[in-house]
Amino acid sequence: MAPPEVFSLSQQTPVTCHAFNADRTQVAVSLNSNEVLIYAREGNDWRVIDTLTEHDKPVTSIDWAPRSNRIVTSAQDRNAYVWQQSPDPQTGHMVWKPTLVLLRINRAATYVRWSPNEDKFAVASGARAIAICSFDPEGDWWVSRLLKKPIRSTVLSVDWHPNNVLLAAGSADMKARVFSAYIKDVDKKPAPSVWGEKLPFNTICGEYASPSGGWVHGVAFSPSGDVLAFASHDSSVTIVYPGGPAVYTIKMSILPLVTLTWTTEESVIAAGHDCQPLVFSGNQGGWELVGSLDDPQSNKSSGGARSGFAGASPVGRLNSAAFNTFRNAAERGISNVPGSPTASSSTESELFTVHQNTITSVRPYDGVPGNITRVSTSGVDGKLVVWDVSAVTPIGATGLAGKLGKMQLR
Amino acid sequence: MSNVLRPYLAAVRSTLTAALTLEDFSSQVVERHNKPEVEVGASKEVLLNPLIISRNENERVLIEPSINSIRLSIKIKQADEIERILCHKFTRFMMQRAENFVVLRRKPVKVGIQPSPGVLRFIDPRVAQGYDISFLITNNHTDTMLKHKIVDFIIQFMEEVDKEISEMKLSLNARARVVAESYLTAFNV
Repeated sequence: MAPPEVFSLSQQTPVTCHAFNADRTQVAVSLNSNEVLIYAREGNDWRVIDTLTEHDKPVTSIDWAPRSNRIVTSAQDRNAYVWQQSPDPQTGHMVWKPTLVLLRINRAATYVRWSPNEDKFAVASGARAIAICSFDPEGDWWVSRLLKKPIRSTVLSVDWHPNNVLLAAGSADMKARVFSAYIKDVDKKPAPSVWGEKLPFNTICGEYASPSGGWVHGVAFSPSGDVLAFASHDSSVTIVYPGGPAVYTIKMSILPLVTLTWTTEESVIAAGHDCQPLVFSGNQGGWELVGSLDDPQSNKSSGGARSGFAGASPVGRLNSAAFNTFRNAAERGISNVPGSPTASSSTESELFTVHQNTITSVRPYDGVPGNITRVSTSGVDGKLVVWDVSAVTPIGATGLAGKLGKMQLR
Repeated sequence: MSNVLRPYLAAVRSTLTAALTLEDFSSQVVERHNKPEVEVGASKEVLLNPLIISRNENERVLIEPSINSIRLSIKIKQADEIERILCHKFTRFMMQRAENFVVLRRKPVKVGIQPSPGVLRFIDPRVAQGYDISFLITNNHTDTMLKHKIVDFIIQFMEEVDKEISEMKLSLNARARVVAESYLTAFNV
């Protein structure tokens, strides 16, 4: 059981989203701003090598196509850009050049994902629509077709089916839906699947409500594409077998999960406001919560001595112990002065989990689809963590809700 | 802290913890805007049900959650006229300096729940009277501050404010007595 690798990319600002390149030597992140930073790995540290500035509102989502090495970004300024590396005419260095995407949406773009074949991408938006974009070589830009009906609210996340045609979307109208995003010029006719046989553009292949009416934060297709999982704000994870037809709902007493990914055909990793990645496993017979990748007990004892944690220095920031003490006291009301009534030790103000705030994104890091061995998470606390998916700790009431529930009232 | 207060604060604490699950959410109504949905109220589907936690008829907390912000309003205990005046002065003092408290709202919520006209008559008129002080916590606050520290701050505020007002009342009475005595000694030949 390898301990998780923890990298603190920023001290105070949240990591909105992250995307690794194909060989995991570089990562594109947005630190809650209108810029996309590209970090390169140097040993156990990350260094900024490039900044992509074209958006003028906070970037909401990034995806890095592994084979064609293109980055697509979306932001609250209603735009998306496709970035491609090309040599600079003067210096000959490789620079990232943006290509405009004609999105035709008039509200924030909230989420973006490349299709498995990397010839299309889907942009979710607050305009109650999903734009399916494909490249138009004549105009040298990306054109889009909109999936509109029957979306009633902001689309919060999307995920592609491995056949490059079907698209799952979770939205704030408490529904997860499966659409056909078939584009005639790009796609070959898809083979019939459990989701349907004839799939023209904007076919609704499935519509599933969250069990107690919560916003659907995250959706994901299983590696085979025959199963759909989604996490919603009513603290539940729902697994849908359309062929079955069976729908399994796991309701939990923890804070809501917001993001999830499949590791094998029979297990899902989900994370969210509870600050730890949870592992679910099951099959057509039923699903259950197995445990957590985070081990709060061991974190409590070993503290900051975990591997990776000490080696990762914050980028471009002061990081001395005294500086941190004063900054914490000034900005967060944390005092480590002995005998103070608020915090007798640092563990009281810090959570026992690795992430100190909401995890906003969990993505596959290592392995092939269907057998993911490591996943990466990033969160509001500015950390990027790589977890070994085999290191599962049985779950206890140690999450944020558990800690706060048991906390002694003064 | 009295044992009666404890379950009340515990209920507020767990409700607040569950409500503070916020995320960035840009407006669906106005282009390129991003504002607290609980204040705008233009998209019904991103608002959650408001909740009132009531200790007795004079003390209660209203929590209104939404996808990117929550509003928490407190009705502070006011037993008599002096406490009412003190409470008004105290909250006014704080709200005039709202930006120093980061999560404090400049005005308290008057009527927290806005029911349809048919429903209004079922609501106790005292509930509709409104609140003394309100907090607005947005996703920017939960991004930059530790969530459990925000919860601690609110709970601590609720504990302290009662104490503060009864202390002020005591010192006011003591001062009034001294003033009255020194005044009356003038006639005591």
